[in-house]
Amino acid sequence: MKYISLSSQDIQEMLKTIGIDKTEDLFVTIPEKLRLSAPLNMPPPMSEPELVQFFDELAHQQNKYASFQSFLGGGAYPHFIPAAVDYLSNRGEFLSPYTPYQSEVSQGTLQIIFEFQTLICQLTGLDIANASLYDGASGAAEAVLMAQRLTRRTKVIMAASIHPQYRQTIRTYCQNIGLTIEEVPYTEEGRVDLAQLKQKVDEETAAVVLQSPNYFGVVEEWRPVFEIGHQKNALGIALVAEALSLALLSSPGEEGADIATGEAQSFGLPLSFGGPYLGFMACRKDFLRQFPGRIVGETRDVEGKRGYVLTLSTREQHIRRERATSNICTNQAWCALRATIFLESLGRRGLRELALHNFHKANYAREELAKIPGVEVKFSGPIFNEFVLQLPVPFSRLETYFRQHDILPGFQVENYYPELKNCLLVCVTEVHSQDSIDQLKFHLRQAVDQATAEGGSL
Amino acid sequence: MIREPLIFEISDQEKSAFFLPPLDVPPQEKELRRLPLRAEIKEFPQVSEPELVRHFHRLSQTNYSVDEGFYPLGSCTMKFNPKVNEKIASFPGFVDGHPLLPEDLVQGNLRVLKMLEELLMEITGMEAFTLQPAAGAHGELTGMMLIRAYLESQGNPRKYVLIPDSAHGTNPSSAHLCGYQVVEIKSNEQGTIDLSSLRAAMTEEVAALMLTNPNTLGIFESDIEEIAAIVHQRGGFLYMDGANMNALMGQFRPGDSGVDVIHLNLHKTFSTPHGGGGPGSGPVGVTKKLEPFLPVPVIVKDGDRYRLEYNRPQSIGRVRSFYGNFLVVVKALAYIRALGSQGLKEVSEIAVLNANYIRKNLEGIYHLQYSTPTLHECIFSDKYQKKYGVNNIDIAKRLIDYGLHPPTVSFPLTVHGALMIEPTETESKRDLDMFVGAMKKIAEEAATQPELLKEAPHGTYVRRLDETSAARRPVLRWRPDVVQDEDQGEN
Repeated sequence: MKYISLSSQDIQEMLKTIGIDKTEDLFVTIPEKLRLSAPLNMPPPMSEPELVQFFDELAHQQNKYASFQSFLGGGAYPHFIPAAVDYLSNRGEFLSPYTPYQSEVSQGTLQIIFEFQTLICQLTGLDIANASLYDGASGAAEAVLMAQRLTRRTKVIMAASIHPQYRQTIRTYCQNIGLTIEEVPYTEEGRVDLAQLKQKVDEETAAVVLQSPNYFGVVEEWRPVFEIGHQKNALGIALVAEALSLALLSSPGEEGADIATGEAQSFGLPLSFGGPYLGFMACRKDFLRQFPGRIVGETRDVEGKRGYVLTLSTREQHIRRERATSNICTNQAWCALRATIFLESLGRRGLRELALHNFHKANYAREELAKIPGVEVKFSGPIFNEFVLQLPVPFSRLETYFRQHDILPGFQVENYYPELKNCLLVCVTEVHSQDSIDQLKFHLRQAVDQATAEGGSL
Repeated sequence: MIREPLIFEISDQEKSAFFLPPLDVPPQEKELRRLPLRAEIKEFPQVSEPELVRHFHRLSQTNYSVDEGFYPLGSCTMKFNPKVNEKIASFPGFVDGHPLLPEDLVQGNLRVLKMLEELLMEITGMEAFTLQPAAGAHGELTGMMLIRAYLESQGNPRKYVLIPDSAHGTNPSSAHLCGYQVVEIKSNEQGTIDLSSLRAAMTEEVAALMLTNPNTLGIFESDIEEIAAIVHQRGGFLYMDGANMNALMGQFRPGDSGVDVIHLNLHKTFSTPHGGGGPGSGPVGVTKKLEPFLPVPVIVKDGDRYRLEYNRPQSIGRVRSFYGNFLVVVKALAYIRALGSQGLKEVSEIAVLNANYIRKNLEGIYHLQYSTPTLHECIFSDKYQKKYGVNNIDIAKRLIDYGLHPPTVSFPLTVHGALMIEPTETESKRDLDMFVGAMKKIAEEAATQPELLKEAPHGTYVRRLDETSAARRPVLRWRPDVVQDEDQGEN
């Protein structure tokens, strides 16, 4: 029997101890007519070699992207991962324990979460951080719910330049609890329209929500947005989908955010087709009682030795049930461990330098690509590591060319913003060499030339 | 044992563990000046790679894990995590794929998702699945949203959700987040849901009953069909918390008994490692009636091609970014494919056998509140030991001295001083006997040397920690200005 450690003799002895003849007798409480008589209809079991071969075929034959040079970003970012991250995080002592309820035998996990909380506080410029949330999108929703609890108001104002999936998730979470959501359009710079924002914020506004760098890659200005909110006692929620930007840009905390939340996949988590990723959240310390998620705190043991425990659990579902600050239980602890190893590996200088590499390469790419006749930078605002290009023809007319040359030049923003016709979101990080950027430029020029020669521009 | 400081305390700004290649593009200084730059984070750590590796290696050695030993944490299903699943989930073809890749380049990934959905349908008897929820509680929330969306489409979302008193805290919390008021249903003397209370509470303003089956006492709700009938008669939905599905595989399918919605925990029943608190995955299964409301995107098979479908007018929307915790899905699929039908059935049989073996051996030594037969776990209490001034926490901590992980304590709330033991199927008789032996010894110690329990654990990296002061004066991050000297006693 696979993954089972009893011999048939063990089973016989155990049945005898229990006082029954066969294991079926253990299931007498399931009514006879509901007991399954036929085996489940599924493919036969596989041995380990068969299993490896089966999944190898799926991963490497049916998935066909390995040869492509990709410039996809939009909420999931390709970054280098130091070997120590995989090596250390895959230790069984980290991978195979449960949530650290028994602190005396979980100090490793607990101390690392405490370090993670500290790193998140440092990066966001806020006072307290939790042990993680599922991802950036659900983190954004949790932040909005938290603002509602804190203000007891009924409306949330968010920028249309926030990642569309984050906005959708916020709407899903809010649709049943009497919170209305209003969106503020973006300007030609690609930033939130401050005048329109100001008009919408009123005494019923629980929070103003802004992402920076936003979905278009444009760095927003936190301060004026949060000031508009604060004038009406609404909270400022800062969303960060590319956590690496926190190493370079002035932090949400220093710019007046009350809550900062987002996605830290960039810190040591591979792209993984979208998950598992890592939601993080930080806030002002006076909001502690309304803060969602697990929190680790420092304390002492009976001998005075320093140690760490899960704390402030009276906020949580297992104590407070329906009055809890969130229903979250299992979070993304192991992903937070990887982020901690990643951040401590890069350190102060490494992280800053990495962020700068992203910045310089993306801006180099933006400048170079915009030199192609017919190709324009869509938004004039400053960017971190991705940007929107306006193409002279629909992307569909370039796609065949790019496929033939094994390039994925970006994501069609039109999927989410119908008004942004022929626009491509291009992401450039440290994994892209100058050569690969120059290749992209060469091929984009070729593709555009071909398409315009074929059918004229639009 | 060497005491491992916080990384910040061993940080030295001259050291580095990571070196980038030189920048190969012209620096974009003009653009840089347009950005609001932050000052460097002064206290951010800097260590060498050898120091970094030792830091985490040493910290890892202070953790207890399933790879190390018996971990009978009730309701958590801490089974062995097969190593081949880790290998498979680290294939570059799975790990390196960007979620926005064109569908024709990720047919393998989409097929993985669809295959798991179909297998979970077969295992549970449900008619459709979403794999998006990131954990059990996320699944509960999603499932309740589906019910609400359906009822809303019929004109009235209703006001209440019924939840038995023995339920996990996430149930009421998830229902509340979905806009419902929670009505608690008392358990009867057998530890199961009281049908007359249910009948009385089940009005046409009740959206759903959230039922854990087997419940948190390990008891199968034998009246499940009648329960479903009572709920359905009033137009409500039966939600099943499938956290304890490890007791039922190949034995019983919730979908066959009137369950409308179920969530599963891939990190419990389907062996994906819990990682010290996640990532998990909480797929939700539904009947046909609720399928149109599933979160977007939905994976659709057209002929032999797979695609993501977003145009679902009745969908509740998104519950997270992208498509779920994909690598967790990969591991769970590998687990199911390795075991097949017979293997899964054996998993549940042996899980239940192991739990009953422990129950039989400890009955009479520890108090059992309910005599009803149990499946995959058994719940004792500290009632017999209380007279020596010893409680369930003391018993749990003493187990650590025997090299074992404690069971779940203080849950479910319906059993005072609970010790909730779930051995899972992967344990050997030798380990089960070791646990039984330790529990018997501890019962003796409780009578003869209670202080041994009250002061436990003894040999651990830290002894019992002061949780009260941790909550009263929260220290939730390291700060450079606070002297955090080791072993100084209270400061």
